[in-house]
Amino acid sequence: MSNKVIHAFYDDDDVLLSAVKEIVSKKHHIEEVYTPFPVHGLDKALGLEGTRIAIMAFIYGCIGFVVSILMMNYMMISDWPQNIGGKPSFSYFQNMPAFVPVMFEMTVFFSAHLMVITFYLRSKLWPFKKAENPYPSTTDDKFLIELHVGENEKDLKTLIRKTGAIDIKIIEKSE
Amino acid sequence: MASHYEAPIRKPLVIGNKTYHDVSVDIAAPIEGKANKQWWIVFGISLSAFLWGVACIIYTISTGIGVWGLNKTVGWAWDITNFVWWVGIAHAGTLISAVLLLFRQKWRMGINRSAEAMTIFSVIQAGLFPIIHMGRPWLGYWMLPIPNAFGSLWVNFNSPLLWDIFAISTYLSVSLVFWWTGLLPDFAMIRDRAVRPFQKKIYSLLSFGWSGRAKDWQRFEEVLLVLAGLATPLVLSVHTIVSFDFATSVIPGWHTTIFPPYFVAGAIFSGFAMVQTLLIIMRKVCNLENYITVQHIELMNIVIMITGSIVGVAYITELFMAWYSGVEYEQYAFLNRATGPYWWAYWTMMTCNVFSPQFMWFKKLRTSIIFSFIISIVVNIGMWFERFVIIVTSLHRDYLPSSWTMFSPTFVDIGIFIGTIGFFFSLFLLYARTFPVIAQAEVKTILKSSADNYKKLRDKK
Repeated sequence: MSNKVIHAFYDDDDVLLSAVKEIVSKKHHIEEVYTPFPVHGLDKALGLEGTRIAIMAFIYGCIGFVVSILMMNYMMISDWPQNIGGKPSFSYFQNMPAFVPVMFEMTVFFSAHLMVITFYLRSKLWPFKKAENPYPSTTDDKFLIELHVGENEKDLKTLIRKTGAIDIKIIEKSE
Repeated sequence: MASHYEAPIRKPLVIGNKTYHDVSVDIAAPIEGKANKQWWIVFGISLSAFLWGVACIIYTISTGIGVWGLNKTVGWAWDITNFVWWVGIAHAGTLISAVLLLFRQKWRMGINRSAEAMTIFSVIQAGLFPIIHMGRPWLGYWMLPIPNAFGSLWVNFNSPLLWDIFAISTYLSVSLVFWWTGLLPDFAMIRDRAVRPFQKKIYSLLSFGWSGRAKDWQRFEEVLLVLAGLATPLVLSVHTIVSFDFATSVIPGWHTTIFPPYFVAGAIFSGFAMVQTLLIIMRKVCNLENYITVQHIELMNIVIMITGSIVGVAYITELFMAWYSGVEYEQYAFLNRATGPYWWAYWTMMTCNVFSPQFMWFKKLRTSIIFSFIISIVVNIGMWFERFVIIVTSLHRDYLPSSWTMFSPTFVDIGIFIGTIGFFFSLFLLYARTFPVIAQAEVKTILKSSADNYKKLRDKK
């Protein structure tokens, strides 16, 4: 199979969304869509699965909560219990009210940071990473659909033109 | 267009017939252009104030805390006042970006980026004070939960001061990633527009290689929503814990259960005032009047009015509870605040925080830019005095009349405070020249629903 791809440009998010729906309904596989801002409903139209990152955030939060309890229990109760202001220091549970603020903060800390790190790794975002949007205008005001060219290039082109694309380019991908 | 419907009674949030491309151009303009003379003048003043603050900090650390005006009775004064003031200012940024996101308030999009920047810069200022106050800041790492060099003595998790360490560091770091994640698409826009190679390199680095794929956007929106959900209780917890520094003590005037909500309301109040101060100048200087409209200013004024009134109710509740408690120490603490030697500080606080926001009931006044600017400054002064009143007037006359005394700041106290103001404005001015000051990707999503040209188009149909 050839590595030829079609780049179809749009200048409106509503036109893009209906174009994606049209192309998907004609059983063409859309490789990628680049947009300058989040277009609501695009993920569903493309048939992308929902992201599970919020579930991970919950799990990370639970980890933070448990870590904070283990940490404070070890430091304050088992390793070196002290009598501070006559407050109970020999059971975690009795001393727990004083530990609530740190339990909460560590839950948030773990949840937020590990979720963001997960997002950066999954979406391949880090310093010195090269951007992969093929045209600089897709971060400004243009929307781009990337498709593989199958057998009948002509049909695909007419279909795309019919959906309201403002420009179409055929690119030979080197990889 | 059906998905972009918005009720006709809603006034446009973006004016001036903007297209998607116009938004990019307008927001990239301050970055691509050259700084004018005024910018250099203001930056020069801020930087000199900052350097003076640095000098005072070096003097404090090399000589000792004795160079401040503190004495045996008043062991906390300007340093903690400034700390609480700066933390309070920080809160508005998170409120705008997180709480208003959860409430789906579209007007936050014009102001959230700068408000978050303000949050980060003011938490940095706040964090300086406890570190300097340690006297030996190079031992600051003793605050971390690590075994110390003299055996395994740990930090004390019963202490509100340690809770503060956890709260402030969580707050600063989470705000930073929240801000930065939102910045990625906007840095990418600047990167893709950049002509000069150096600029292109810098913004490629800052944008982490953001490409704007459909999957990236899906995750991006989910991450920001969850971060908003996490940041909302976080921001409330931070000032609650700051208020615990006082409320868990036995000092009359500090030992009250109303402190957490009262401090949080005060924090939002002062923070919105600071956002107002900064944005009224920035919209003018950076030509962003079409994105930060009079409506934005009006809405912020309404928040200032409401939170100012909550603070007013809290002041009066404090007085009532002091009387109703029947505790004579508590009663004296409040009588002393209002009529004692620091009466002027108390009445400055009352006038600035309770009286002045009431002007915002009048539409004419809350839509006046000059008036809003003046009130925002007045509120910031008032909120500084609130913390001064709570801290100093409660300490200077407590249980033992023989140790009653007064506090007066030395030039070092004043110098460090001025230094942090200079540091804050230096950071903000640098930010305004190098960062996309409006979340342009988000503004583009509301363009069709809330821009004046699209609204007119819809009305015609």
